[in-house]
Amino acid sequence: MSTVEKTQIVEFDVRTDEMLVNMGPQHPSTHGVLRLVLRTDGEIVSEVTPHLGYLHRCAEKIGENLTPRQWSPYTDRMDYLAGMSMNLGWSLCVEKLMNLHVTEKARHLRVIIAEMQRIASHLVGMGVYGLDLGSFSPFLYAFREREKILDLFEEVCGARLTYSYLTVGGATADFPPGWLEKCESFLEQFLPVIDEYHALLTTNAIFIKRCAGIGVISREMAISYGCTGPVLRGSGVDMDLRRDGEEWYTNMYDGYAFEVIVEKDGHYPNDHTYPAVPPEAILGDSWHRFYVRMLEVRQAVDLVHQAIDCYRKAEGSCGDPVKITEKLPKGEAYLETEAPRGQMGFYVVSDGSAIPWRVKARSSCFCNLSVTSDLCRNTLIADIPAIIGSLDIVMGEIDR
Amino acid sequence: MSEFLINSWGWPPFYAHACAAFVAVVLILHVIAVGAMFFIWLERKVAGRIQDRLGPTRVGGKFGWLQTLADGIKLIAKEDLMPADADGMLFRVAPYIAFCASFSSFIALPFATGWVGLDINVAVFFVVAILGLEVFGVILAGYASASKWSLFGAMREAAQVVSYEVPLGLCIVIPVTIAGTMDLTKISNLQAGWFTNWYIFHDPFTFLTSFVFFSCALASVNRAPFDLAEAESELVAGFHTEYSGLRWSFFFMAEYGSMFLVSALGVILFLGGWNGPIPLGQFVFGAHAAELSGLAFFLVNLLGLANFMFKVVLGVTLMIWIRWTLPRLRIDQVITTCWKYFTPIAAVMFIGVISWQLLGLPSGGDLLPLHVDGRPRLSGDVREQHLKGAVLPQGSADRHSAARRALEGNLVRVGGGH
Repeated sequence: MSTVEKTQIVEFDVRTDEMLVNMGPQHPSTHGVLRLVLRTDGEIVSEVTPHLGYLHRCAEKIGENLTPRQWSPYTDRMDYLAGMSMNLGWSLCVEKLMNLHVTEKARHLRVIIAEMQRIASHLVGMGVYGLDLGSFSPFLYAFREREKILDLFEEVCGARLTYSYLTVGGATADFPPGWLEKCESFLEQFLPVIDEYHALLTTNAIFIKRCAGIGVISREMAISYGCTGPVLRGSGVDMDLRRDGEEWYTNMYDGYAFEVIVEKDGHYPNDHTYPAVPPEAILGDSWHRFYVRMLEVRQAVDLVHQAIDCYRKAEGSCGDPVKITEKLPKGEAYLETEAPRGQMGFYVVSDGSAIPWRVKARSSCFCNLSVTSDLCRNTLIADIPAIIGSLDIVMGEIDR
Repeated sequence: MSEFLINSWGWPPFYAHACAAFVAVVLILHVIAVGAMFFIWLERKVAGRIQDRLGPTRVGGKFGWLQTLADGIKLIAKEDLMPADADGMLFRVAPYIAFCASFSSFIALPFATGWVGLDINVAVFFVVAILGLEVFGVILAGYASASKWSLFGAMREAAQVVSYEVPLGLCIVIPVTIAGTMDLTKISNLQAGWFTNWYIFHDPFTFLTSFVFFSCALASVNRAPFDLAEAESELVAGFHTEYSGLRWSFFFMAEYGSMFLVSALGVILFLGGWNGPIPLGQFVFGAHAAELSGLAFFLVNLLGLANFMFKVVLGVTLMIWIRWTLPRLRIDQVITTCWKYFTPIAAVMFIGVISWQLLGLPSGGDLLPLHVDGRPRLSGDVREQHLKGAVLPQGSADRHSAARRALEGNLVRVGGGH
């Protein structure tokens, strides 16, 4: 009798071995060359350790051997999905060091470009998130619209991914004739397309099941980990550098009307036009981060419209890039800007020569990624792409 | 065919059977191989159109219809790779198990009255049982690949298979209870006449059942949103991560073969099989294909075959459409869906259909007052006619007599009347 009981105990207490699995650096859904080491028990993941450094290119050290304008192309290669925003952050930082104010026209040009870049970047974030959850078509719909933005960018600067367009002192060139009209017609046809994305993903029952309540980052957690951008706002923290940043940066958005996209009392600004928050969603989960991005796309469309009007009224040249060999004043400057993925900070120290003595970039994705270990503990394998994808990381920016 | 050879040409039975088997195998293999090629092309084309692309356009002229063939040649020409740690024998044999399981089921699948590789009286059972074997190939592949991702895929498949098989079986039993036979040919012929005779319109319960059946069928062929075993964004490529070249293409063919098969099964069980929405053949020739012979039989059967293929392709297109639209479910959600929703729903539908027949409530076929032969066509009447042999194809009475006897005696014997 006792032996039977014993075997039963043994059978019920069978311990399955834990397994270490490498997810990446070559994996379809780790967004580049992120390597995650998963400790799994069947489908359940008990521990996730991210490993970085597969895309490190010593960009900061290179920046200490080049003049600021020469380094501008290297910033493109940080967040390669939002090259314009990187250019902008670096240019503004160096301008702050030089105390160089750009012309009014250049200011509005920069808003147009930055917000168009935000749309393009969030489209990738959205499309790839669909891909992470196994839905292939939204990805191609997103890229279809992104192509049009890239075409517009190609017209202004000749490049489609690494632009080096916005530079210290303004932009390398003005818009070509007829560009603004093309831009407006793009925005016009883009607005109804956003509803398609909502139909395919935001309100899709399976999509909601897969990402609502998954990877919840509480308000406190988001702040303590230094999360920024849509990840921070998705957790309900009312913070957007375009409104709350340093004056040197917020001056750029002077006179623009926009609301920070963050949930207040269960509602998002402008949520009357877009699907309501599903009851399953918890503030700070993957669904909210996704939704914040979608609303920011809508908001960016408004901002571009405003900026085009301002640009048309503004007079003068659209900036006069400084000489490549322009000497920097002695001193240091640090400026954070609201890039699509969060707060991108650049730090520059100069000893008075044309080449900075020290350059440092503060990456938003690095902090956003640091939450991963906490979020992915005791989840299922299928949830890991759903969480990592909602953080919308770009490895080029993390490794630099 | 074997009877024809024996009776008309005086062949010895062994050679006649062997010849008939050979012809049947060659025909079926071609149907499947060409079918798989067509569906792969269709998938790429439909996916392309869904995603605002063109899909293949170059190979073989305007619509890229030779694309699959070109891909096949490429796959054959690829290097034969096997991971160093893989279990060689199992790794090699796994694709063939999946392939054979998927293709063997076609033996018992009728394409029109009498046009079937092997007419067995428990064809439904046979098809489902053999199709279920495909899972072994997947699990073996995952295990033998010596890759952790493959193993995850295999385990997911194992978890999934125990979840969907139960509701799928329940859904299949429902039309069988209405028809009173497991013979796919008979089930289809019982739905002859107007489209209201189709079992999907038999009563509200069967209508709902057909949707549950379709969802379970999606799960059984590993198509999105149930494609967990090969979940690309999670498991790289799941169970076939380590496969390439010809072996990989065998899995691919098996998948498309299974899609064809479950779609055909659904068409026969719910959508009237080869019977069109309007009984055209009966209008023209005054009788159902099963009661005709000679050229008339051939023509009606050909029309039926076209009907059947059209419906099957429609079903496969629906699967493709769903795949390119929906995100993937998580494994626990699949299991929940199958056990907590599909199984109880299918069970309730089963009871509902039985009660409907017990209470003698009118079925869909009674709604249309117009009957082809002027007689009321209650399903019970038709079944009785069947049992009396009235609707059996001429010249094959012997073949069916065993099955008939088995039915009359409430006996179910595997193997048919050969």
